[in-house]
Amino acid sequence: MTEATMPAIEWAMIMPVIIMMLTGCVALIIEMFWPKQNNNLIVGVTLAGLGWTAFNLIGQLGSPAGETLNGLVVRDTMGLVTQLVLVGVTFLTVLFSEPYMRQKKIAFGEFYPLALWSAAGGMIMATSHNLLMIFLGLEVLSIALYCMAGLSRQEHKSEESALKYFLLGAFASAFLLYGIAMFFGATGSLHLSNMPDHFHGEENLLVISIIMMLVGLGFKLALAPFHQWTPDVYQGAPTNVTAFMATASKAAALVAAIRVLSSFAIIEIYWQPLLVAIAVLSMAIGSLSALVQKDVKRVLGYSSIANAGYLVVAFLADYELGDPNFTSAIFYLVVYSIATVGAFAAISIVAKNGKEGTRFEDLYGMWKNSPLAAGALVVFMASLIGIPPAAGFFGKLLIFQSALEAEFTTLAIILAAASVASAFYYLRIMHAAFVENQGPIPTQAAPMKFGLKAALMICIAGTVIFAVTAGKVSQTISGDQPETAISVMNTTGEV
Amino acid sequence: MMSFAPMIAEAVVPLTNYLVLSALMFVIGAVGVGVRKNPVVVFMCIELMLNAVNLTFLAFAKHLPFHGDVAQAATTGQIMVVFVMAVAAAEVAVGLGIIMAIFRLRNEVDIDDMSEMGG
Repeated sequence: MTEATMPAIEWAMIMPVIIMMLTGCVALIIEMFWPKQNNNLIVGVTLAGLGWTAFNLIGQLGSPAGETLNGLVVRDTMGLVTQLVLVGVTFLTVLFSEPYMRQKKIAFGEFYPLALWSAAGGMIMATSHNLLMIFLGLEVLSIALYCMAGLSRQEHKSEESALKYFLLGAFASAFLLYGIAMFFGATGSLHLSNMPDHFHGEENLLVISIIMMLVGLGFKLALAPFHQWTPDVYQGAPTNVTAFMATASKAAALVAAIRVLSSFAIIEIYWQPLLVAIAVLSMAIGSLSALVQKDVKRVLGYSSIANAGYLVVAFLADYELGDPNFTSAIFYLVVYSIATVGAFAAISIVAKNGKEGTRFEDLYGMWKNSPLAAGALVVFMASLIGIPPAAGFFGKLLIFQSALEAEFTTLAIILAAASVASAFYYLRIMHAAFVENQGPIPTQAAPMKFGLKAALMICIAGTVIFAVTAGKVSQTISGDQPETAISVMNTTGEV
Repeated sequence: MMSFAPMIAEAVVPLTNYLVLSALMFVIGAVGVGVRKNPVVVFMCIELMLNAVNLTFLAFAKHLPFHGDVAQAATTGQIMVVFVMAVAAAEVAVGLGIIMAIFRLRNEVDIDDMSEMGG
């Protein structure tokens, strides 16, 4: 046996994950000692920890890429930006969770540590080239999410969604693992970077491996045909958990998928057509099935499937163009996350006295009861549709540009068509918020709490700021590489 | 580590046998997830799939059909199995908790009777 040597550890690179994990422990200990008090202290500690992590991450943004712990952890711009997205969506979710969970009478303090750990799992997943780490990160992310989905213990649909998510999630991770096993069999390592340039052995093993891993990661990304769980789980889980699930889980899985796929470059002729088919199917199912839905959270579930399709198109285009930082995919991820968290925050206002209806009718009268929430909903829907002043427009523009540049013309056209089709249901949500309530019992939303207001304001601000500074942000993501798509964004962004 | 392997060389099971067995276990598990209705049994099928994965890892670690640092590669495969088992145990803890919560709420756990939601 070779002499085991302790590798030098660069603590700075793993600091964000450590802070998140420890903050989770502190929050859980506080909840243990003051079980029946209000959760304000836990929320405070959680937000402080998240702020510290974000501060730490922003400090690392300019630093050079590298790896530590024998390559188990890598630091690059894509990883750092994704970690920031994860921290940001957790922050926003935590902000509006407390008022929402109080109204729903499920104010359990355990939610906060679970959210922190789940996000930390996502951060591990986003910053590794090692399949063992990616698998462990995925499981830390998922197992905490299974618990969170079943948080509303007295509600049948919440428990049902937790069970569905759990069983299908475990099923999908078995596929991912089988893929990892095949990768190990082919290369003798779990390191993605150990993939040889010219593979002489059995290519079959690698092909099976990438297909199996695509099933596992596609499930987390909510890509068709692995999307069946999405509408049910999104509808059944508490709204704050759905907000977290729709963004954090997608961000982490996207980056893991990007890392896995781009290291399988030698067999790209196999996975590229597969991915094109998956993208088309996701966009079609996501934008067409939602048209007949009656529940807002279900509609947003289908929206999440369609957006996963857009992200795959962005990945394919960036990959084809040889962009190492996957600018358009990551930029769209940022924009999508803000709009989605905001939309769920806005509809969380419907919950009152332990009851929560999320059908279109339940949003009626929102404009009268809480103009801020209704107005915010308009902004987020505009961003998701891609109406010019909102950030979503620039995200879609960038994807469209790169797709055309990479000569994925058909995909670009399908993307545009799917965007138009999905505009109908986004507009329906917008419309519902402005309809006068004519039901027998007027739905009176609870008075808005500070947390919800703050979360909505931050999301609106984010949607505007990312629109104005679209060029600059995408330049940060791409690591200051002069690119035609970005220069176009720069000129449009300043109009 | 591998020193006693040559002594019983004629009795060594070839890699293909392991792979076929584990693929079979994986498929049986996957089919089971599709056809069984009790969530506990469905979960047992998922465990079967995870065990199939473990067998694959160990078979590859033993037979080492690759070049480079062989000892390190073998260790990697075996370590992975330990992690998979740990994660599976964590999943059992959470999964049985969720099934218990459902059972308390409705006194039965048939998956097909769960259709609270729908579009």
